[in-house]
This record gives sequence, C-alpha cells and structure tokens, in this order.
Amino acid sequence: MNRDNDKGKILLGRTLIVAFSCFCLLMVLVARLYYLEVIEGEKYKVLSDENRIATRVIIPSRGLIYDRNGEVLAMNKQNFQALIIAEQTPDIAQTLEQFKKIVPLTDKEEKKVLQDIRNNRRFMPVKIKDGLSWNDVSSLQLHAPELPGIFIDEGLNRYYPMGSYFAHFLGYVGSVNAQEAQSDPMALVPGFKLGKSGIEKVFEKQLRGKNGNIKLEVNAFGRVVKEIERQAAEEGKSVVLSVDWRLQKASQDAFGPNSGAAVVLDVHSGEILAFVSVPSFDPNLFVGGISNRDWSALIQNERHPLTNKAVSGAYSPGSTFKIVVALAALEAGIINENTTVDCLGAMELGSHKFHCWKHSGHGPLNVVGALKHSCDIFFYDIALKLGIEKIAEMARILGLGSDLGIGFNNTSKGLIPDKQWKENRFKSKWLQGETVIAGIGQGYVLTTPLQLATMLARVVNGGYEISPKFQKLSLKEKAKIKKLPIHMKNIEIVKQGMFEVVNALGGTASKAKFDINGMKMGGKTGTTQVRRISMKERKTGIIRDENLPWKLRNHALFVGYAPHDQPKYAVAVVVEHGSSGSAVAAPIASKILQEALKLGI
Amino acid sequence: MYHSNFSRRLSLKEKFYRLNFAYILCIVLLAFIGILTLYSAGGASMVPWARNQLIRFVFCFGLMIVLAVMDVKIYLKYSYLAYFAVLLLLIGVEIFGHVGMGAQRWIDLKLFKLQPSELMKISMVLFLAKYFHASSLHQIRTIKGIIAPLLMALFPALLIILQPDLGTALMLLFTTVVIFFVVGVQIWKFLIVGSSVLALAPIAWHFLHDYQKNRVLTFLNPERDPLGSGYHIIQAKIALGSGGVFGKGFLNGTQSYLNFLPEKHTDFIFTMLCEEFGMVGGGFVILLNLILIIYGYMFAYRITSYYGKLVVIGLNTNYFMYVFINIAMVLGMLPVVGIPLPLISYGGTVMLSVMASFGIILCMDINHHVNLGRQSFND
Repeated sequence: MNRDNDKGKILLGRTLIVAFSCFCLLMVLVARLYYLEVIEGEKYKVLSDENRIATRVIIPSRGLIYDRNGEVLAMNKQNFQALIIAEQTPDIAQTLEQFKKIVPLTDKEEKKVLQDIRNNRRFMPVKIKDGLSWNDVSSLQLHAPELPGIFIDEGLNRYYPMGSYFAHFLGYVGSVNAQEAQSDPMALVPGFKLGKSGIEKVFEKQLRGKNGNIKLEVNAFGRVVKEIERQAAEEGKSVVLSVDWRLQKASQDAFGPNSGAAVVLDVHSGEILAFVSVPSFDPNLFVGGISNRDWSALIQNERHPLTNKAVSGAYSPGSTFKIVVALAALEAGIINENTTVDCLGAMELGSHKFHCWKHSGHGPLNVVGALKHSCDIFFYDIALKLGIEKIAEMARILGLGSDLGIGFNNTSKGLIPDKQWKENRFKSKWLQGETVIAGIGQGYVLTTPLQLATMLARVVNGGYEISPKFQKLSLKEKAKIKKLPIHMKNIEIVKQGMFEVVNALGGTASKAKFDINGMKMGGKTGTTQVRRISMKERKTGIIRDENLPWKLRNHALFVGYAPHDQPKYAVAVVVEHGSSGSAVAAPIASKILQEALKLGI
Repeated sequence: MYHSNFSRRLSLKEKFYRLNFAYILCIVLLAFIGILTLYSAGGASMVPWARNQLIRFVFCFGLMIVLAVMDVKIYLKYSYLAYFAVLLLLIGVEIFGHVGMGAQRWIDLKLFKLQPSELMKISMVLFLAKYFHASSLHQIRTIKGIIAPLLMALFPALLIILQPDLGTALMLLFTTVVIFFVVGVQIWKFLIVGSSVLALAPIAWHFLHDYQKNRVLTFLNPERDPLGSGYHIIQAKIALGSGGVFGKGFLNGTQSYLNFLPEKHTDFIFTMLCEEFGMVGGGFVILLNLILIIYGYMFAYRITSYYGKLVVIGLNTNYFMYVFINIAMVLGMLPVVGIPLPLISYGGTVMLSVMASFGIILCMDINHHVNLGRQSFND
C-alpha cells in the first residue's frame, strides 16, 4: 500500500512539474508574440508594406525645343516597338519566323534578337524591332495568337526634325550611366533618358519635368493586384532658343564640303543665332541605338563629325588676333591712328628673323592699313612694345581664354599665354620672340570659334561685355550688360581697319564684300600654319598649300560683322585646313552675314 | 479480472451529463477560429479549405463524443492490441511506401489521410499507460522494469525517422520521455541518456537529410538564404509582426492574400491569424490552448485510476507538444519541422488524431471515479 501510495505521490508531484513547465513554455510564446507584434511591430509593418507596394515611376514627356521663330527643333515621337519575352514563347525560332512574315527582319537583326534573348533573363522583354509603323502594329495585333510572348510597347522617342543641322548644338539624350546614377534618383527608372550634351544637357532640369508615380499592390510573384495611388507626371517645359533655324541652315550649307565651325552672335545681347560644326551627323541615328556601321563611319572619319568644333576646337587665331593686339596698343597709348611702322618684309630680333607674309614688304603702314593688309611686321613691332602681359589683358577682357559659361561638354578654354603661365607650364622664362609671334596670333595662343565670335562682338558693339546666350535676353537683362574699359575712339579705328579689309581695294577679304541696301561687312582674315616650315624649305621655296595633304594645310579663319555702320551680327568662321582665310573662310562668313541681314533677325 | 464491482456502470445519459462542457467549448472555439482563418486564407471563400475543414471537424466531433462515452475498460483491455496493430500498420506503410506507393506514408480514406505515425502517438500512450499501470514503483526504478517499454517506444520512433518524419518522431520520443518522467524513473537516468544523446548529436548530423540540415541551419540564421529556405521564416515573421496589437483585420492580411506567406493554411496558419487578428488574436488562441492543457492536467489529478491518469497526462502532453512546437516554430524559436497547429491548421490527419485524443481524455474524465485493476485496491 505504501508503495502504491508512493507511486501515486511521485506521479502527482512530477505531473505538477510537467504542467507547470507547459504553462511556462506557453507564457514564453506569449512573450515572444508580444515582442514580435508589439515591440517590433512597426518594423515589420514597414517590411510588409515594402513587400506589398511596388512603385512604378511614370516618366514625364520631355519638353520640346523651339528656335526663336517657334520652329520645332526637338520633339517627341511616338515609338512602337515589338518586344519578346522568352519564357512566354514555347518556340522562339518559330515565333520569330511568324513575326518575319509580318515585319521583315534582316539576318543581322534576327541574330541580335537571339543573342539578346540568350544574354538576358528569360522573363526580361527583349526588343525585336522598334520604329514600327501603324500598319505593322495593327497586323501584329491581328496575328497576336500566332505570336505568343510578343507584345507591342509604346513609348516616346526624341526626334530632331532638322536632322544634322542642329546635331552639335542641341546635343542628345541617352540612358543614365553609372556615374550619373549616383546623383540622380531618376536613374533607376528603366527607359529614362537624360540630356547628355548640348542644349539637352544645359536645359535638362527644365526639359525633364517631374516624374509621376503609380503605387501598385503586387503579390509575391510580382503580379499587380490593384492600383493604390497615382500621381500624374508633370510634363517637361519647353525651351525657346535664340537660334534661327534658317540662319543655322544657311550657315551650315555655306561650308559646303569643308570642315570647321561657325558661330553667329547678336552683338548687343550675345544671343546665339547660329552655331555650326561641320561635318555634322544625324542625331536621330542615336535615338534607337546606332548601328555599328554608322558608328564606325562617324568614329573613323578624319574630319571628326562627332566633335563640336565650335567650342571644343582650339585653333590659333592667327591674324584675327590682330584686332586684339591693335586695340591693346591703342588703349595703352603706344600707337595712335597716325603711328606708322615701315614694313620691309622681315624683322630681326637677336639672331632670329621674323618674316611678313608679304616678303617684299608693305612699306610704311598705320594701324588701319596694317589691319587692312594684315601686315605682320607692324604687329611684331607693337607687340614687342606692348609686352605679352598687356596683350593677354586685352584678350581676356574680350573673352578669350575663358569658357564663357557656356556649359557644353568638352568646352575648351583656349589659351592666352603670359609670363606666369609659361613659368608654370614650362618652368622657363618668357622669350621676346614669343611675344612677337603672339602679336600675330600664333605660338601658344589658342581660341575657339565661339570665343572669336564673342571677342568680335565685344569690340563692334562698342565695348560691352556680352556673353554667348542660348535664349533671348529681356530688356532688363540687356541693360545689365557691363561696359568694358575700352575707348569708343579706339574701337572706331579698329573697325575702320576691319571695314577696309573687306571693302577697300587691296583688303585681304575684298572678294567677300557685299552691299545690301548700303549694309556692308567688316572683318578680319586669318590663316594659321598647322605645320612648321623648316629653314630648308624656306630656302628651296615654300610648298604651296594646295599641294599638301589635307591634314597639313593651313587653317582658314575669318571674323566678321555687319552692318558696318550699326553692327548687329558677329560671326566667326574657322575652316579646318581650308588653306586661306581670305579665299575660303571670308566668303563663307560673307554668305552667313548676308543671310542674317536678309532675314533681319 | 479487471472488473470493478465497486462502482456502478454509468448510463449513456449520465455520461453525456458528465462531459466537461467548458473543455468542449474550448475545442469548438479553436476549431471555429481555424475555419474562420481558412476562410480568409482561401480568399474569403469556403473553398478550397474552410468547407472541408468544417466537414472534417463535424465528423471528428462525432468521433470524439463516441470515444468519450465508450466503456473505459475497453481502452485498458485493448491498449496492447492497439499498439501492435498500429505498429504493424506502420511497418506496412514503411514497406509499401518504399515498394509501390512512391514514398507515400499514408492510407487514403477520402476525407482523411490516415497516417499510422499519428495513430502511433495515441496507441503509444495507451500502451505505456497500461504497462506502467501494472508495474510497481520498484519495478519502474529498475533498468529491467523500463527496458521493455523503452524499446517499444524507440522502435516505432525509428521507423518514423526513416520515413523520414523527424518532427513526428521527436514528438513521440518527447511524449515517451514525459511519461517515463512522471511515472518516476530516476532523474539521473534521464541525465545519462540526455548527455549521451548530446554526445552523439554530431554523428546524427551526418545522417540527417540535406533538407533537414538546411532547416536547422536556416533556423539558426534565416538571412543565410533569404530567397530560399530562409524566405518562409522571414516572410512569416513579417506577416506576424506587421499584425501589431489588433491585427490588420479579418480578410485584410496583405502578406497572406498576396501570397508572400508560405503554407499559410497549414503549418504557418498561426502567422496569418496573427497578421489579421494581431497580438490579441494570437494571444487568445494560446490562451484557449492553455485552458485545454490545464484542464487536462486537472482531469489527471481527479482521475482515480493510475491508467487513466497516465493516459490523460500522455495525450495532454502530446497535444501540448503540437501547440508549442508549431507556434514556437512560426515565431522563429524552433527550426521548421513541419508540425501543424492542431484544430486550426488545414488537414485531416492531425484533426483526427487530436480529436480522438480529446475523446479518450473525456472518457477518462467521465469515468474518473472508476477504479481499474489491483493497483487501486487497498489490500
């Protein structure tokens, strides 16, 4: 009996332990539940929403770009493209075969599609063909049952109706690269394109607009269950530019087969009226992805069609720089309109002999005559008297050696050398000979076509500090333009020189002169050596430019303005390896200015 | 020889009258919550789950009442027989499962899938209860006295491990351990066995299937493989945690109806319940289970017969294991072992076995005054 009692007692005692343990363990569960749901509840709520809600960004349509007359320069074109999702197609080859019956594909295109399918994950849409016509789209939709996994996607593509005429100026849009992605929240949106260069980049903020978004509830497989919230996208704002498409077209056409750049400015405001870099290319080729053939043709072209020569091309200004030197000398009081220098065809400095382009010499010339004939000796002489610092100072006042705040990619600042620069660059002293050749815009001096146009505009507008502008200036903005410390009297002297260059007998650009209702052009030619002429060649006779390969011929420059009496337009023309400023560059500038005057912009 | 003439037989009506209605109410409430949750899991629909579950519950409820009003002596009488019959069944499906049925370990009864391993949990308790009912404390405290039941418990557990159903096997072993503990096997024996098991654990690790190893490793660090096996645990935690105090509301559980929640109608149903009903709902389910379990131990206390006490303690502990392992698993406190939440998870097998357990427990309670066998006599 005792034993049975003990058995019962032990059972009772141990059962109590078990029951109590069960109770405690269940309480642990309650505590854990409390911890997860109450203490950490907020955290899991966020995670649950992250699971549940997928945000799709709506890309706003990009703002349009107009010229000053309201002509569309950049627009958005509806683009239909056929996409294929590999995992929704039982037999890719057969589906593509069916597709080809409706929309033909080249072997190359088909190969690319198959390659893309292989390289992408099976649920990713792969582009078969874009730029489909309405006709193609409707037949494809009609045959949809035979085309499993193929669907039509409608998007907007940038389109430049003027084609090659505005390629460099407008720039282009493209997908975001890794570097841009870090600073741009839009970067992660597939299909988003942003301005990569030119106006598209400078006005990116305005053109882009504000993206909208759709909040969607999605299930674990990513399938959309319902729409929770929608915020419409705000369209990009349009941009109206100061360029005139007619002048732009005429300017580009004026170059013919030549390579180079031209910039036309309104001298009173700095508004860019035309901005040309040739040869150009069709920016629409890039929109849907450029073909390999087109790309290598552009890349291998020795005339560099992709380079924006108007801002990226840094050229020796040559004799066009004489405008700067003359003005500097007049301002410094080293010369006046009557000071003459006798040109004997060469000048000796130490052991070195500096030649005038006219070996027989010009005889005695004042500053107007020196500009008209582009006499080198005159400018050697006054450059020596001025010194490089004074020349550099005037050059900078006129906008050379600066990027002018244009904001384009690869904008060159050019180069205005001085003693300090040489010290920093070469760790050596400035030589007087270097001042001499700087006096005719050779040596270290480098300028871009945009700078040259700006320089000329600042001179002929009476010495106002205009800068190149993309858009029309308001009167208030025009009133804010500062006067430069240059005397009107001296400007008139230089202008007289430039007038004679074109209009006087014996002027270097007299063949380019015109007279439209009394409106005439003034300007300055420039021809700059690309190669070094050796002493040996000098002795045996300099090889004529026409007989040299294109790459070694001289650059031809001309800066011009019109009308002479009341200057309105300034143009800078650089013709790469164009041989002669007077024979090649001046006629182009003349055509451009005539067109501007006729248009009366 | 086991007949007792000291207590008179109860009429059927009296037996009904003696049913513990509070206990039954808890069972019905839990099943009701289960069906409600399955309705939500089915996308506010009685199909595919809620209706089936309701039918099963009604059937099982009937079975429970039948088992409850049966003559208590029959259980004692057939305890051994039941054990061996189930053991044969277990061996049978083990063999046929290997040979012809594509690793299938159940017998299809249309409404239910009969898993012998589930039945074994009950018959094992009955077997051990009868065995220890007949043993004296002295016998229990000798090795010789416990070696037979130990082997009888280990053999089916081994068969179940081979199936492989680690979860069920472990539950069977735990229940066995608890019974051995309450009948008075010395603590030091547990310590010896326990420490040798720990020592052998690294070796056992080698015999685990890859998916079982994965489950353990993933349990230890769910972030190890967030899209693979850890996905379930992470998503379950999100579902559960995002419920907050009062839940997202009935039919509003985003994790579950957007299919982020795996196994939301079976093993992970508790997370769905907590997502929709919050801490309050989850806590209520735990509370109901706590009441059931405490009731069970109270029954055991007032039952006169040693057999009856042991049966109730064994079955009650077994039920507790289900509840604890399942909830601890979905709360991320135990590895995912594939144990459903009884009465709530969708599925017939476990419903059948726990409702049968409740029936037997109720029967023992109805007959709590009945003396069974000589151990209860004052001799």
